[in-house]
Amino acid sequence: MNEQDVRDIDRSLYDFKDDESDFYRIREGLTRETVLQISEEKHDPAWMRDFRLRSLEIYEALSVPQWGPSIEGLNMENIATYVRANTDMKGSWDEVPEDIKNTFEKLGIPQAERESLAGVGAQYDSELVYHNVKDEVAAQGVVYTDMESALTGDYADMVREYFMKLVPPTDHKFAALHGAVWSGGSFVYVPKGVKVDIPLQSYFRLNAKGAGQFEHTLIIVDEGADLHFIEGCSAPKYNIANLHAGCVELYVKKNARLRYSTIENWSKNMYNLNTKRALVEENARMEWVSGSFGSHTSYLYPTTILKGDRSHCEFTGITFAGEGQNLDTGAKMIHTGKRTSSYINSKSISKSGGVSTYRSSIFIAKGATGAKSSVDCASLMLDDISRSDTIPAMDVRTNDADVGHEAKIGRISDEAIFYLMSRGISESEARAMIVSGFASPVSKELPLEYAAEMNNLIKLELENG
Amino acid sequence: MENLLEVKNLSADIEEGRILHGVSLSLRDGETHVLMGPNGAGKSTLGHVLMGNPVYHVTGGQVLFNGEDVTDYSADKRAKLGMFLSFQNPLEVPGLTLESFLRNAIREKTGQPLKIFTFKKELEAAMELLQMDESYATRDLNVGFSGGEKKKAEILQLMMLKPQLAILDETDSGLDVDAVRTVSESIRKYQQQMKGALLIITHSTRILESLHVDYTHILVRGHLVRTGDASLVEEINEHGFEKYIEEEQKQEQAAGEVR
Repeated sequence: MNEQDVRDIDRSLYDFKDDESDFYRIREGLTRETVLQISEEKHDPAWMRDFRLRSLEIYEALSVPQWGPSIEGLNMENIATYVRANTDMKGSWDEVPEDIKNTFEKLGIPQAERESLAGVGAQYDSELVYHNVKDEVAAQGVVYTDMESALTGDYADMVREYFMKLVPPTDHKFAALHGAVWSGGSFVYVPKGVKVDIPLQSYFRLNAKGAGQFEHTLIIVDEGADLHFIEGCSAPKYNIANLHAGCVELYVKKNARLRYSTIENWSKNMYNLNTKRALVEENARMEWVSGSFGSHTSYLYPTTILKGDRSHCEFTGITFAGEGQNLDTGAKMIHTGKRTSSYINSKSISKSGGVSTYRSSIFIAKGATGAKSSVDCASLMLDDISRSDTIPAMDVRTNDADVGHEAKIGRISDEAIFYLMSRGISESEARAMIVSGFASPVSKELPLEYAAEMNNLIKLELENG
Repeated sequence: MENLLEVKNLSADIEEGRILHGVSLSLRDGETHVLMGPNGAGKSTLGHVLMGNPVYHVTGGQVLFNGEDVTDYSADKRAKLGMFLSFQNPLEVPGLTLESFLRNAIREKTGQPLKIFTFKKELEAAMELLQMDESYATRDLNVGFSGGEKKKAEILQLMMLKPQLAILDETDSGLDVDAVRTVSESIRKYQQQMKGALLIITHSTRILESLHVDYTHILVRGHLVRTGDASLVEEINEHGFEKYIEEEQKQEQAAGEVR
């Protein structure tokens, strides 16, 4: 924060909304007919249409989870599961319709692409409106495309082989919902040994009111390859519920490395019920960097299956719950290979009555000998009316595992604020410095522009109220 | 000459009760005053009240700095005017490096963009004088610092911020003999080269050995019972505070009879 000028941030940066009068919008609610209609709109192959219908049946058979924050305010009868702007996907920003382009301009996406990204996908409501990858990255054989193109293109067989295998629709009710109505998202394939030096990014923008966004991200990083993928998300605020039930499936092959970074800033009427999972093979490395700032209610626990021997995963995350927000976040590590290791570093901040819960699960399977796992989670409450909980679970079935857990919950110290103020720093600046400092293990992991955005978000949250 | 700091009949309390009773003292620009007294006399409290710690409530009196009434000013405003407090127990701020903190503080204080090159040079020199390893600049503020390192970091901030008045709260406590000598040297530089004024709060006298002292004040149970010159330090060294504790009791009894 301190190195950049981060003042003068206006919430309207995220809050503006576009007119959706000439959009295609499916009627609210979820029936066999709506699912068939989506499938038809999207020209699904037959197997995908059947997959959607099967998922819908599973959705109807499963009940809503009872162990987390309430999602009573979410009524599927009121959610439009598919909304498409009156455009198809473009390969150049110039061709993207003016109003939508303006949206992404305001969010800084075209600029970020020019300056620091190898490729960008921009999704607006249910469909991608822009997708482009730099020539030199494409020349390396890297495939980065929207899911729809992937489903019928050269990689159709690969998509079919991997799609919702890591997160099957039977996993939970919202995974089933995703299977039935998914739309948009990205497909990435990095061939063996290819190292992508600069990140790829997808940005998800949900403009429509009372709508759902169900994008699917499938990334396969082949043996010895290396990729950093960034996703960003935001939406304007409405007074009725919006739903995000995306799904991210990541395959990290032998000796490969994948870093998956997220800055999530959904508006505060959003139910964010997102599922992310990674399968990590021999000697491969998975890194999650996750910043959760927005949404009304979140259920988010990126899961890593350390299947290959000596595979490794690091999770670095921060959650900021302000007024009216109930954010239930954490991570899951499943160790099945030998000599696998995982490290979780989680920070949560709650303010103005916000509820932040850290929930994690470490599972070390029988036979996963020599496993190491370390969890470090800290919470900071900025006032007396906010809440912070820590719910760590561990299930260790070997006798040589090295497992550690450290949890700290604290309040922002008035003495520390006075200390900084006694050096000439204003009270609000002192608070921001302490909170940003607390968050720095996460911002340090982000590329500079995203770290700046995260610090802006923290500042914005601190200024509200 | 006008007083730099003027404390007029200052009283303050905290939830548990009153801790400063009508304290008055004045200090001119460039002077060094020492505030002594037994444990629990309210010395640190006075330092914090002068700096504007909101934990304490000023119930009466005034604090003037360069003639300006700062009694109701927040700490950052006082700092901007040229006041500084070196903490007895400096706070730890994870994720904020000492260097980044200093840059911010200097920028905030001066309202000017920082000249990075000059800043780096100055920081290097100040750290060398304090015999601080340069790695401390990139470490999180006070996190994992030993007691002595924290005190050195306080004096480093003093050297970099160059206030007109520095209040040093028990800077010598927790320091070994060598560290006291090192720290004194930096304070002497502040005193002589920067012509800074000092209010040194201490209950020992080790830190004063190499410093010029103009006045000494003795605080007992929230009352300022005596102001004298540097020789008072010697006297306390030999005889302790007993005499002044008795004096304070007598004064209180007398005051009680009057009331």
